[in-house]
Amino acid sequence: MAVPTRVPAVEGWFTTGGDGAAPALLGSRCEACGTVAFPAEASYCRNPDCESSAFETVELSRRGRIWSYTDARYQPPPPYVAADPYVPFCLAAVELAAEKLVVMGQVVDGVTVDDLTVGDKVELVVDTLYHEDGCDYLVWKWRPLAGAGGGED
Amino acid sequence: MPDDKRVAVLGAGMHEWGKWGRPFVEYGLAAARDALADAGLGWRDMQFISGADTIRNGYPGFVSGATFAQALGWTGARVSSVYAACASGAVAIANARAQILAGLCDVALVVGADTTPKGFFAPVGGERRDDPDWLRFHLMGATNPTYFALYARRRMDRFGATEEDFAQVKVKNARHGLANPYARYRKEVTVDEVLASPMVADPLRLLEICATSDGGAALVLSSLEFARRHGGGAPLVTIDAVSTVTPTFPNTVIEMPNFSTDSAAAFAGGSDAGGAGFRPSIASAAYAEAGIGPEDVSLAEVYDLSSALELDWYEDIGLCGEGEAEKLLRDGETALGGRVPVNPSGGLSCFGEAIPAQAIAQVCECVWQLRGTAAGHQVDGARVAVTANQGLFGHGSSVLLSR
Repeated sequence: MAVPTRVPAVEGWFTTGGDGAAPALLGSRCEACGTVAFPAEASYCRNPDCESSAFETVELSRRGRIWSYTDARYQPPPPYVAADPYVPFCLAAVELAAEKLVVMGQVVDGVTVDDLTVGDKVELVVDTLYHEDGCDYLVWKWRPLAGAGGGED
Repeated sequence: MPDDKRVAVLGAGMHEWGKWGRPFVEYGLAAARDALADAGLGWRDMQFISGADTIRNGYPGFVSGATFAQALGWTGARVSSVYAACASGAVAIANARAQILAGLCDVALVVGADTTPKGFFAPVGGERRDDPDWLRFHLMGATNPTYFALYARRRMDRFGATEEDFAQVKVKNARHGLANPYARYRKEVTVDEVLASPMVADPLRLLEICATSDGGAALVLSSLEFARRHGGGAPLVTIDAVSTVTPTFPNTVIEMPNFSTDSAAAFAGGSDAGGAGFRPSIASAAYAEAGIGPEDVSLAEVYDLSSALELDWYEDIGLCGEGEAEKLLRDGETALGGRVPVNPSGGLSCFGEAIPAQAIAQVCECVWQLRGTAAGHQVDGARVAVTANQGLFGHGSSVLLSR
């Protein structure tokens, strides 16, 4: 059986890692005021006091803490591409300390809300969002860190 | 209250909320005719028509002001059509009010109506890879209840809210809506029934998440001078302030349909991520405009997209301090008969959401409450009412009314 081609489900939002590098979300950093944005801004800075349109691409922190979380017990409507049969999944909004922003994402398969608590430490991974026509479409997801909750960031 | 900011509400009208799938124009037309009859005026008297758009009903929905004007019969009235997601109705009111306060017209009709599909709201059709509303469904499967649930879980973690508290909001609103002839759901529920309904987005259950509905609502607004000339029997209700604020940067609370908050990292004086957000600024702008405060409010109609979100609004419109909403609820202060009843209409809990009509319907309810004609769900001695709502992508809306 052919190995599925791995394709990001959205272009330019994250690196897929590999060759020893960990995957990361790709944001923008304003070259004038330093404001970070995800997804990346290309044409304007969100800071109302900044008129810059020059940005560098930056990798966001790979680890953060859960700001809040939930799950999706019912299959979301298209354009979500659900597995058949549908398998519920969790979502988390994760606070990145360095960037002082909260970013959402699905939580990896096999985790239920009972496994999660606000404040838990999580790590970014890249995982399959859906399969279609011999391709694995990839997206970022959050994975709880073992012994989550305590310790340094 | 300064008269130069006030407009009179001469008429209020609604079509019942439900799920029939008929053309939205029918509902808007019925509401408009009721509002005109309530005002004792005819369609030909209207100098301006302000429509709140619907985006799920084709081109006529995008130009709703003209669509309603055509359905009523062309008269040459000036027109505005506006979309602002859930805040569309409030922006339609704001447009009519601005025309009146600027002296460009004396009397105006505001109309919003919708026909909605079954189930979760999905993004409008087509593959749109540059639209965050399309992408959040595609990349995360994040529905509207996903966001409501994130806020609900946050309340539980920060303030000790319980599933029973959320269920009690539903129980209260179901009781409020029992006698409201315009409500779609008129049935009492118990805490046990709410907690036995299926979990949709943990910790929110099916009976705690607002449905999508068909419905229509309309208002006839005029200058105070026109209202004095026109007379009429009912106590005069006025709109004293309309807030249509946007967020301020950095907006550090995750907002539907976004993937992330603004970053507060590079902003001097900015709050930490997870700090103050957009919602508290919405009603405070209306209070400031009218020169009153939340302590003056007799009742509130707030956007209970979920049972838990109603508790957030208690704090965001200043009825209590942060973290005190559960106590306010448990003490019965926000139920009919309490200090400041919230959603005496039954709220979205009993109506479901008919997007462009909903903010107008909130105002209709306030008008009837202030006139003292909300039979079966009247707030005794109501003098000041506030509405609050928030539209996707950063449309705040709050309307203050008094008699």
